[in-house]
Amino acid sequence: MQKLSTIEEFQDLQGRLLSERDPSVPTIVIPAGTCGQASGANDLIRVAKRELLARGLTDKNNVRLRVTGCHGFCEAEPSVLVEPDGTFYPKVNAQKMARIVQAVAEQKTLDDLLYIDPATGERVKRQSDVPFFKTQVRTILGRNEKVDPIRIYNYLESGGYSAFVGALTQGEPRWAIEQVKESGLRGRGGAGFPAGLKWELLAAQRNGHGKSLVCNADEGDPGAYMDRSVLEGNPHSILEGMLIGGYATGANEGVIYVRAEYPLAIKHLVIALRQCHELGLLGENILGTGFSFDISIVKGAGAFVCGEETALIRSIEGKMGEPRQRPPFPVQKGIEGKPTAINNVETWANIPVIIAEGAETFSKVGTKGNTGTKIFSLVGKIRNTGLVEVPMGITINDIVTKIGGGPAGRAKIKAVQTGGPSGGCIPVKRFDLPIDYDSLAEAGSIMGSGGMIVADEHTCMVDVSKYFMGFLTDESCGKCFTCRKGIQRMHEILEDVCEGRGTLDQLDLLEELATVVKDATMCGLGQTASNPVLSTLRYFRDEYVEHIVNQRCPAGVCKALVSYSINDECTGCMLCTKSCPENAISGVKKERHSIDTGKCIRCGACVTVCEFEAIDVA
Amino acid sequence: MITLTINGLEATVDEGTTVLEAARFLGLPIPTLCHMEGLSPYGACRLCVVEIGEGPKAKIVSSCTYPAQDGLRVRTSSARVVRARKMVLELLLASCPQSKTIQDLASFHNVRQQRFRQEHDDCILCGLCVRMCEEQMMAKAIGFRGRGQTRSIGTPFDVRSEACRLCGGCMYVCPACQLRCTYTEPDKAVCGGCANLSPPCVDIESFDDMMCYMSPCVACETAAH
Ligand SMILES: Cc1cc2nc3c(=O)[nH]c(=O)nc-3n(C[C@H](O)[C@H](O)[C@H](O)COP(=O)(O)O)c2cc1C
Ligand code: FES
Repeated sequence: MQKLSTIEEFQDLQGRLLSERDPSVPTIVIPAGTCGQASGANDLIRVAKRELLARGLTDKNNVRLRVTGCHGFCEAEPSVLVEPDGTFYPKVNAQKMARIVQAVAEQKTLDDLLYIDPATGERVKRQSDVPFFKTQVRTILGRNEKVDPIRIYNYLESGGYSAFVGALTQGEPRWAIEQVKESGLRGRGGAGFPAGLKWELLAAQRNGHGKSLVCNADEGDPGAYMDRSVLEGNPHSILEGMLIGGYATGANEGVIYVRAEYPLAIKHLVIALRQCHELGLLGENILGTGFSFDISIVKGAGAFVCGEETALIRSIEGKMGEPRQRPPFPVQKGIEGKPTAINNVETWANIPVIIAEGAETFSKVGTKGNTGTKIFSLVGKIRNTGLVEVPMGITINDIVTKIGGGPAGRAKIKAVQTGGPSGGCIPVKRFDLPIDYDSLAEAGSIMGSGGMIVADEHTCMVDVSKYFMGFLTDESCGKCFTCRKGIQRMHEILEDVCEGRGTLDQLDLLEELATVVKDATMCGLGQTASNPVLSTLRYFRDEYVEHIVNQRCPAGVCKALVSYSINDECTGCMLCTKSCPENAISGVKKERHSIDTGKCIRCGACVTVCEFEAIDVA
Repeated sequence: MITLTINGLEATVDEGTTVLEAARFLGLPIPTLCHMEGLSPYGACRLCVVEIGEGPKAKIVSSCTYPAQDGLRVRTSSARVVRARKMVLELLLASCPQSKTIQDLASFHNVRQQRFRQEHDDCILCGLCVRMCEEQMMAKAIGFRGRGQTRSIGTPFDVRSEACRLCGGCMYVCPACQLRCTYTEPDKAVCGGCANLSPPCVDIESFDDMMCYMSPCVACETAAH
């Protein structure tokens, strides 16, 4: 790779790559992010390569193979996408892969492997027609399909780094800040602070020792993995965003704080950084413009609290990850006292889009005050789990039914939990709520970094808040007394309720305590820690009362409060008797079985195996 | 100079002053537990909370760490502050009921109930000892470790640090210290006056060459009479 030393050389290279590109060549695209690899994408890559070699399809102009990051439809992985016509094959295995290679070579479609729309039962050929993808606006995730994350030329070919070079040629750093401000982009890390404003504050700081930018890739929320997918699938877009930010604000260094549990993301980032150095897009005097900027990676040890800005800064400095009082804010005093602007991965990934397409185009998506798209990780009791990217302001209902395809099983959906441990539950009666920072906050939840967990009738809301309190008793840094002890005490009360020892007085105490913890704690972790408790108390108080007064868990989750019995649906198939680890189920073939509640440990094994819904949990 | 308003009173203070210092300058009492003059502010106990700002933007902050700012409006005992403070004290009583400091604070603030499951912890992790050891004794012999419910104070690997000079500074500042109050044997104790009905150090002879950190405790006062 030859080092580029002027803007013209960059434009020549990009022009050449663009002209050599032939989008009509059939291309097999295999998503192989961490999720794809876990479900077997590596085998598909191996088979595809072998088949291509065996058929002599090694000429780049016949068939191409591209390995990319995650496309989002994790439920259907390992999947294959065939360009240019966008044919989508879900749940591919080695045998199917061999057939697909052949079909691609012969320019055919394998109808029997196509996705079946569960609503209509019909086969759908193109990925863009699959209901899961249809309603999405995939500004960020869509680019994951186009690039092989370990090839910088691939990124350049798709227009990469032209936004950065465009900003450089403006000659006026402020221009990029104005664009970001005009776009209305709000930080995607949770609080929704306007990104342009943060940059402006940083640009206004004077400091002889330099200024820093940070990409917050700590992503500690359980069940959220949007940032991981962007880092794995398109690391150069983050670097480009930070380069633009560095030029605009006068920062001279960038730090990517990424949790050590993301080895693939770190690997791709390291490769991307090396390529940028080799190509002269990072380092001293970039493209001969006199602008110098460098980026380093800091691996976090995986503490949830280190996602909080001030704890993150301390962690980067090599100290214990513990938040401190703001003010002074990081833009005034950050890493080693230098002014520092921290933005989330997704925020950075949006920057090149804004600069390349213009602020106006960007702000047309979404609503006023909440522009652009947001990626959510849709998980839980829903048919289509995966990463979904939607314009802001879309309703929860659209996400759950149109994209998510409704409930996973027969039970009805009753709520979604957004924002992870700092967020709250939104009940089904409020599913017409538009998804934006302000509406979610008004409803008692937060956008957070984009986790969205769907709960159905078999989910106990008391148990949900107990889970999050349990998570936070371990993940609070422990400095503020109200946060550490308050969360422990909330967890204790919730445990009492789940185990049938709770009282109505305790419920009032819980609410009082939750309000104080929210009020009196220093950092964002404690200030939002009560949200799961307060929102479930607000919308699902009857479930709490049911646990306490009637000693019953309506969802059948809290083990101390449920008993198992067998109803008339039982066909006497004996499956459950074999699955029971305690031999608590007795019965003879073709006759209704029964459960000895004295022996039953309520493990739920029988419910899992029963094919006739013959086991009642109440 | 910075001018701020506390409970309707104007105060003009130097840059870098905390809200707590400004309030004390005006003579307004704010209870503290993890704050001590001469040690850096830490903001852990949340007892010193005050309310700042107006309307929907009003929020609660710890006065010992919050810097005084021009035009800041502070309320030191609004209903919201009192509610938070009482809950903090109730939580403290539930965890560490044997501390005289906490008992006194709770009684002073009229906390009359304790509705949580009773625990008997020794340490409330206020961090005074850690800061004392580092900032005044220049030893850094003890520090925090772990997070969340496993957070504790100690030395690496629980081995006594060579930096420790057994100065007793950590015990001196501890508001919940057990070392000082539970031992009745003079060779193990520094003093036990505050907790024991029959204070051991009345027998001044046997405690003669030991430092007593309690500025006159019940025992000494009784003995003096
Ligand atoms: C407890 C806690 C955890 C957080 N975790 C993350 C995280 O994992 N990723 C993230 O981007 N922001 C996280 N944040 C938000 C950051 O503090 C910060 O607001 C954000 O990175 C700013 O970037 P943005 O303006 O682009 O949103 C967390 C905040 C708190 C209080
Ligand atoms: S005295 Fe301010 S938080 Fe402890």
